[in-house]
Amino acid sequence: MAKIVEGLLYSESHEWVRVDGGYACIGITDYAQQALGAISYVEMPDEGEEFARGEEFGAVESVKAASNLYCPVSGVVSQINEELVDAPELLNQDAFANWIIKVELDASSHVDELMDAAAYVEMCSKL
Amino acid sequence: MEKEELLKTCLHDRHVALGAQMSPFGGFIMPIQYSSIIDEHNAVRNDAGMFDVSHMGEITVCGPDAEKFVNFIFTNDVSGIPCGKILYGMMLYPDGGTVDDLLVYKEFEKDSFFLVVNASNTDRDYEWICAQAEGYDVEIRNCSAQWGEIALQGPSAEKLMTEVLGIHAAADLAFYTYCRTEWKGSGMIVSRTGYTGEDGFEIYCSPEAICGIWDVLLDAGVMPCGLGCRDTLRFEAGLPLYGHELSESITPLEAGLGMFVKFDKGDFIGREALLAQKEAGLQRRIVGIEIQDRAVPRAGYPVEVAGVQVGVVTTGYRSISTDRSVCVAMVEKEYASLDAHVEIRIRKRTFPGTVCKKRFYTTNYKK
Repeated sequence: MAKIVEGLLYSESHEWVRVDGGYACIGITDYAQQALGAISYVEMPDEGEEFARGEEFGAVESVKAASNLYCPVSGVVSQINEELVDAPELLNQDAFANWIIKVELDASSHVDELMDAAAYVEMCSKL
Repeated sequence: MEKEELLKTCLHDRHVALGAQMSPFGGFIMPIQYSSIIDEHNAVRNDAGMFDVSHMGEITVCGPDAEKFVNFIFTNDVSGIPCGKILYGMMLYPDGGTVDDLLVYKEFEKDSFFLVVNASNTDRDYEWICAQAEGYDVEIRNCSAQWGEIALQGPSAEKLMTEVLGIHAAADLAFYTYCRTEWKGSGMIVSRTGYTGEDGFEIYCSPEAICGIWDVLLDAGVMPCGLGCRDTLRFEAGLPLYGHELSESITPLEAGLGMFVKFDKGDFIGREALLAQKEAGLQRRIVGIEIQDRAVPRAGYPVEVAGVQVGVVTTGYRSISTDRSVCVAMVEKEYASLDAHVEIRIRKRTFPGTVCKKRFYTTNYKK
């Protein structure tokens, strides 16, 4: 059974978002890492790149396939998690403790369109 | 494409009971993985693993003209090969494109051959073979439904064959030979062949007997392995997969499989086209490419030089046994020599790569 963290926001494409002031940390959910299996590579954008909500910002690779990452909010990448470059398996070990990118939110970031934990659990139960 | 009912192998219920992830492959619903592709892959490299390959097709060719006929439809040379010998090769279209790659077993009965073909191509192969047989005194049968098959692969495979299954004849088999024996009264074929780059065996038996053998091996602690790691293993060993490194539009010469094409044996379907291709020089070839990054080149990704596409990846992985990002790709001849510099486009970026040998892992066959 996949782990869920209360207090985070969630996207349909299995990213989680932790909003802190004008910034948001973005990662993938435990459900996503379980579905992918052993993660061997995380493709991340460059700092300063801008993404609209729903736009592809990177990918995670497992043995079988590459899965695209979609930006759950609109904003500019302020930081990427360098730790994941050499240790992508951290996402398997604890998906919620390891964010992938930090984004400076746009004025219209669409944060309010994300799901809360209960809604995400509900969505996963139907998959 | 027409929606067809997926076929189940005789071991289907066992896969489901083991919690395997099941997926369509070659018209069958097949196990992709049971535990993890990496664990299953490593079991085969370091110890042993067993695969349900009952989906593979079996076709027999018998009759006074069998040898002559098989030599006509097959690129390798079966003339005068001893009973119990197995040859790998291809069937070709007249234009040199590949119908399928297959194993040909020389049977112990006179004028009799046993052909093992790819599951996805079985029906097409059977029709193709029958359509070429005019004027040959042969009987061709598609007997795929009466055979189950397990591939037992890995350095411990021989020990398991003799000590767990009690098939002592297995120990005496050389690579690419086979014997006929019995399992609880069922006729059985045991060959020293495989698709992993390791020593190992392929066991053909009735579906009921195959289930019994599977249970015995499972009880002995043998790791069940899915098609996921079958692909990572064959890829590292430089073995082609039909639909990727071979196809209707790819000749064996382009795929680097010329050693299985015997031009001097006389006529065979596709010979003229291949000779012409050889004479004109190959315009493109399958090569290995390594990139110095953790990104993974995958099938379908473009190979580029200075922004221009010069090829396409046919299979690629973060290789489990070598921990390198490698792929095989079909590239234009100018960029097909060892150490040539190319780039692989992976999503929005390109990554520099170097052409290398397409066998990434040193195979451990028992000669």
